[in-house]
Amino acid sequence: MKEETYRRPVAGDHPPNLSPDYKSTTGRAPAKPAIALPHTLSEITGPLLANERLDAHENDLTKQRMAEPLGERIIVQGRVLDQDGKPVPNTLVEIWQCNAAGRYHHPGDQHDAPLDPNFYGGGRARADAEGRYRFITIKPGAYPWKNHHNAWRPAHIHFSLFGPAFATRLITQMYFPNDPLLAYDPIYDSVPAGARQRLQASFEMNLTEPEWALGYRFDIVLRGRNATPME
Amino acid sequence: MTSHALTPSQTIGPFYWGTIVNACRADLAPAGVAGERIEVVLQLHDVQGAVVPDGLFEIWQANSHGRYNHPDDRRNLALDAGFEGYGRASTFTDGTSHFTTIKPGRVPWPHGGGVGGLQAPHINVSIFARGLLNRLATRLYFDGDPALSDDPVLKLVEPARRDTLIARRDPTGAWRLPIHLGGPNETVFFDI
Repeated sequence: MKEETYRRPVAGDHPPNLSPDYKSTTGRAPAKPAIALPHTLSEITGPLLANERLDAHENDLTKQRMAEPLGERIIVQGRVLDQDGKPVPNTLVEIWQCNAAGRYHHPGDQHDAPLDPNFYGGGRARADAEGRYRFITIKPGAYPWKNHHNAWRPAHIHFSLFGPAFATRLITQMYFPNDPLLAYDPIYDSVPAGARQRLQASFEMNLTEPEWALGYRFDIVLRGRNATPME
Repeated sequence: MTSHALTPSQTIGPFYWGTIVNACRADLAPAGVAGERIEVVLQLHDVQGAVVPDGLFEIWQANSHGRYNHPDDRRNLALDAGFEGYGRASTFTDGTSHFTTIKPGRVPWPHGGGVGGLQAPHINVSIFARGLLNRLATRLYFDGDPALSDDPVLKLVEPARRDTLIARRDPTGAWRLPIHLGGPNETVFFDI
């Protein structure tokens, strides 16, 4: 009998590897199906990075340089949960994003928009015992890319999560609610229609802080354990 | 039944380097960690065979005693101070990422309960890149290891494709494994 410690994604949860409207997938997507592995210790363990020390301002991207960056200050917070809604405690959350003008602090980004010397764009937070995380940042700008004529990426923040196991590793992107560019973005639209809205944060007035910053909630759901793991 | 829907995967994109914090952890084994010190070189190729200069490799492995540094590995085997077993490194312009680590020991199949056998020494590999909408997972095995012929995971792979998982020593002694995202030598990827 196969042992399945972690639930497997079902059709419609993730984008297909080959999504031709996103042109880079045609040169990089494997053609052969992946071989299903029973879950062994190699898959149910994974890096917890428990000894990784986080500096004071790693989750506040507006306080990492000499002065405040330009742009619209925002709060992005949420919980890391599993498919049963149970918190994933103490897991490391990494984010990266472009600045308010739509430019990454990266030598490969040649978009004709200004760099902001006060914005680096990378942050980390460790979720608490209830899976809660929180970042302070600025709203990233939209930017053009060369996928097709007049292609623009909607504003997004990249998220990287480990969860409890090698099997739960996830890199994704958070988008902003009701962005008109979402309908034209082949990366967002690579996710099946029933699932892609899970990548939109929600604007929440009760996370918004008066005279200071708009608040967005983005909960992240990682693979959960099967109810009766075979040991 | 599940009450919460999975968050879908998206590509890492081309611009993580320089903004993602601590993107490089290429030396897994500080001085004093037990085991045979090895160098591992992974090289990423696209479906045409061209090298991929903007990818990210992550590795996860047991220590030399075959113990994972994780609470779900409950076997009574030694943990090594300073050895977590996790590394990551972006690819250079030639598509390679270089790791210094120790050769992992054997871990059980399928679980730690004692039934079943042992897996051959292996390193678990994740691949991220622009154009990859999902994390790809594969394994690195070591050429010439006597346990290869009995490895239960390799037995799931048709014999003609097993070589795509087996690293070989290069002239410098490093263990080298090309990873092909497609084409005639497409690497075996695993659905984990």
